[in-house]
Amino acid sequence: MNHGTMSGLIDLSWVDLALASALVLVAIGLSQWQRLGLARGFVIGAVRAVVQLTIVGYVLAFLFATRRWYLVVLALLVMLVAATKTATDRQRSPVGSISAITGLAMLVGTGLTLAYVDGVVLRLHPWYDPQYVIPLFGMIVGNAMNGAALAAERLTSEMELRRGEVEAYLALGASPARAAAEPVRRALTAALIPAVNGLMVVGLVALPGMMTGQILAGSSPNLAVRYQIMVAFMLAGAVAITSTAMVLWYRRRFFTPAEQLVVRAEV
Amino acid sequence: MPSESAFTLRAVDQERAGRRTLSGVDLDLPRREVVALVGPSGAGKTSLIRLLNRLDDPVAGTIAFDGTAIDDVPIRELRRRVGFVFQTPVMFTGTVRSNLETAVALAANGRQLPDVAEGLRLAGLDDSFLNRDADRLSGGERQRVSLARALMTAPEVLLLDEPTSALDPEVAEQLMLTVRRLADDVGVTIIMVTHRLEEARSASTHLVLLEAGRVIESGRTSVMFSSPNEERTRGYLLGRDRLS
Repeated sequence: MNHGTMSGLIDLSWVDLALASALVLVAIGLSQWQRLGLARGFVIGAVRAVVQLTIVGYVLAFLFATRRWYLVVLALLVMLVAATKTATDRQRSPVGSISAITGLAMLVGTGLTLAYVDGVVLRLHPWYDPQYVIPLFGMIVGNAMNGAALAAERLTSEMELRRGEVEAYLALGASPARAAAEPVRRALTAALIPAVNGLMVVGLVALPGMMTGQILAGSSPNLAVRYQIMVAFMLAGAVAITSTAMVLWYRRRFFTPAEQLVVRAEV
Repeated sequence: MPSESAFTLRAVDQERAGRRTLSGVDLDLPRREVVALVGPSGAGKTSLIRLLNRLDDPVAGTIAFDGTAIDDVPIRELRRRVGFVFQTPVMFTGTVRSNLETAVALAANGRQLPDVAEGLRLAGLDDSFLNRDADRLSGGERQRVSLARALMTAPEVLLLDEPTSALDPEVAEQLMLTVRRLADDVGVTIIMVTHRLEEARSASTHLVLLEAGRVIESGRTSVMFSSPNEERTRGYLLGRDRLS
């Protein structure tokens, strides 16, 4: 087999991948044996993984080759829209669709974070260098998406659970912001705890994917670690900004202009 | 001409979750009295008092507070002038004192407000309660704390939504004496929903009977119980009286 190296990394051919697929076949065989009904899922999943990643590979190769700022920005927007859709698809909001505020909160949280990392931390030249911008934004968006979804879900349930308290505040002449302060605080805490935990356990429980990849690619472990530290900080910031924007905008939906609690449409 | 009525309602309709709860309500609720709203469950009593400090807005009709269209009064000012005590008292996290101080902080904009011990006394609790954890009080004590909390904004009107429904009869009776004293001594207009006719008879000076979202009759409590104009009033007040 051809194991020639390129930039320190062993070349992986389609033949090698065919050998790797034996491991999925093992998974399919085990699920058949145990009658899990997952064989079909594994087959479809494996095919989708191959097709999707191959397409992504071509797209990335195209972006790296063309190096046009507007194509890079377009790619970032597509990632943002896909993440917004994922974050809102499973959401059940009592006060109407939340796609717009989710998208806007993610745009603010991920945009500010990427701009800071790009312009201040890494000082990229050009600023849209796709080799950095696209993978970094992928990580930022993925985490911001989870933060936004958690924050929205928790705010919905806290507002329902505490509607008596919220109305008691309103009835005393409190602003909606004051009346919803406790639900907002709890929703934000729920959204941020994974970010805190992420910082706590990084390197202990799991070696992060980016660092692993860099080390595989032949980078020195020390440089890989410094990148990973930057990534951990970056993700904490992105999640915090996105969740806060999400909760503060979403909160307004629960109140009418006359500062009344919006009644949940009875199903 | 200064308004004799605390609230004037004209042709008020209300809906909740797609269901009509009030239909064409015309009502004058007199100031400086204890007004009881009575009627069978589902009559629209709670729907009605929720309109009076705009926890909800009606789908049609007009409401005036103190002679002014209610939506012309700034909403937070209205809610400080018109307090609301809920059927199930909600305690804010912390001590009784912090519950009352929360209300003071919301209302304090140059107005003379009662101090917390005074508010507590008006609600019938002594100041040994100030440092108690609000979450550990009995149902009756919680209802008194929420009454005191509503008093901290020095309201002209207090709306009480079935304040005694979760209380034992003796505790309920004590609370009603307190409410009556508030009206007599402090001059607060009280508008309360109750399903206990005996309570309405003994504590209120003005009575409104609602049924299926409509006002059947409104008048002085003593007159309503002794010689009502409407046959249905007689049937409800005297027929149901034995049962409740």
